[in-house]
Amino acid sequence: MKFLHLIWCNLKRKKLRTSLTLLSIVVAFILFGFLSAIQQALVGGVALAGADRLIVREKVSIINLLPVSYEARMDRIPGVDFATHQTWFGGIYQDPKNFFMQNPVEPEKFLKIHPEIILPADEEKAWLATRTGAVVGRRTADRFHWKIGDKVPIRSTIWSQADGNRIWTFDLVGIYDGKDKGTDTTPLFFRYDYFDEARQYAKGRVGWYTIRIKDPTQAAEVAKRVDAEFENSPAETKTEPEGAFIQGWASQLGNIVLIVSSILGMVFFTILLVTGNTMAQAVRERTGELGVLKAIGFTNALVVALVLAESCLLTVLGGSLGLGLACVITPVMARNLAGLLPMFFFPVRDLLIGFGLSLALGLVTGIFPALQAMRLRVADALRRM
Amino acid sequence: MSEDIANPGPLVRVEGVGKVFHRGSEDIHVLTDLNLQVPTGEFLALMGPSGSGKTTLLNLIGGLDRPTTGSVSIAGERIDQFPDRRLAAWRARHVGFVFQLYNLMPVLTAERNVELPLLLTHLSRADRQKHVETALAVVGLSHRAKHYPRTLSGGEQQRVGIARGIVTDPTLLLCDEPTGDLDRKAGDEILNLLQLLNREHNKTIVMVTHDPHASARASRTVYLNKGQLTNEPVK
Repeated sequence: MKFLHLIWCNLKRKKLRTSLTLLSIVVAFILFGFLSAIQQALVGGVALAGADRLIVREKVSIINLLPVSYEARMDRIPGVDFATHQTWFGGIYQDPKNFFMQNPVEPEKFLKIHPEIILPADEEKAWLATRTGAVVGRRTADRFHWKIGDKVPIRSTIWSQADGNRIWTFDLVGIYDGKDKGTDTTPLFFRYDYFDEARQYAKGRVGWYTIRIKDPTQAAEVAKRVDAEFENSPAETKTEPEGAFIQGWASQLGNIVLIVSSILGMVFFTILLVTGNTMAQAVRERTGELGVLKAIGFTNALVVALVLAESCLLTVLGGSLGLGLACVITPVMARNLAGLLPMFFFPVRDLLIGFGLSLALGLVTGIFPALQAMRLRVADALRRM
Repeated sequence: MSEDIANPGPLVRVEGVGKVFHRGSEDIHVLTDLNLQVPTGEFLALMGPSGSGKTTLLNLIGGLDRPTTGSVSIAGERIDQFPDRRLAAWRARHVGFVFQLYNLMPVLTAERNVELPLLLTHLSRADRQKHVETALAVVGLSHRAKHYPRTLSGGEQQRVGIARGIVTDPTLLLCDEPTGDLDRKAGDEILNLLQLLNREHNKTIVMVTHDPHASARASRTVYLNKGQLTNEPVK
């Protein structure tokens, strides 16, 4: 710590150069935060996916519906605990840009198969007692300032009621929270029995099933059994673990992880060059001073440590500022992306990785100038003062 | 062979020292079979024309370089045999340097510059501060402690350099042309200070200079010419 003043003063030596280098590091780490949030939004659900849940959809396309009668058959398959279904509603609340998911479900089974959804007992009771009842996630409720008791009209782009009306009005009876930070609390869920009775067509058909299995290690075998059960039927199935199902959606955009890693790799390589150049210049300009330090007794190891410390201070400072700004800005962006990317947030894990990266950047960019400083012969360096 | 310059009880003993610099395919023999003894408490001036090897000899005495041949002993220790790390620690404890161009850190205040050698000790911040204040008081610059080198005159900067050189109370003070960049008045102030340190604080000083006015302040002057020492000025 007693050398901190010396290190800090050296860093302030060329204010403009240091500021510009710092700014580039800040921007790089803000980008790191944003890309981490995007990656989290697109594939983060994979980590949160239930290990004991399988998704069953129509084999050719999820757009094709499955018979509701499959549920009872699935319940009897060895290894299956129970099955429940959802259907894509495709509704709009006031404006298409207000997008969030709305699905009809079987309330009791739905809540049982998704323990990460926390709904107070009295609100669950109200939902079971209200045919037109709906529950919504906290994020959407806060976004539109809904409260329990409100009537929420949603215009479906797919489903008409028996009278041809596409506006479905639901009674808001509950607001749920997520057990984990990554739990999506944007969707609205309403009762399947009300939906099926009121819709004009495709009665008795559902979008996909979620199965809870008794033993997660048997997921592959149970999936095969489910698909075998419905092989050669009019609606064959494709069954896969929930994580793979989510991954499949993200993969339609490409290999998200690879894309994000590539962008970050290029950005950090550029920053490495910029910061490395700054440090190399800083050491070159101070050859004589380094000679003086060595003359008065600073060892080679200490000189190396001082140069590395200066480099790390620059990168950690820039990294911290960038990561801090990313932490502040991503929630603001998340509010605007609530419907499209509900799980858009900057994970703590990636924040810690970011700090580690900033330190590593300092070490990598400082090591060559530090070795240069170490190799300086005192007598030669003093001649250059 | 050069004459031996004999002195009783030497703090500094240089024996048979030679120094060769290699510049590409050329070997430059800067010092040849040189012998020198400096007793404790002496103020020695080392004079000679440019290129005679004065600074090289000073660097060898100060442990900034190693002789090609011969030995350098300070207070009985063969510093030429020390490994680099031990040599650095030895310098920190035993040697104070004063340079011609002051060599202060421009980003540090006067007091922070003086404090630099103390950062290598285990002294607390408060103790370091006391030593710094004492050193600045000795050189008469207590009132300029918070000033940066760019706001100090040449003479003041050199006094800060001297304060830095003495703050650890070293065994030996090595000065390389300390008045070389100063006018006569400022140079006299510096020489007065060096004499004070020698006479009242018993500092052993070796000063390289090419100025006879400066060397007149020393208790003894030796002359270096073409890598060898004599007692007589070079004609």
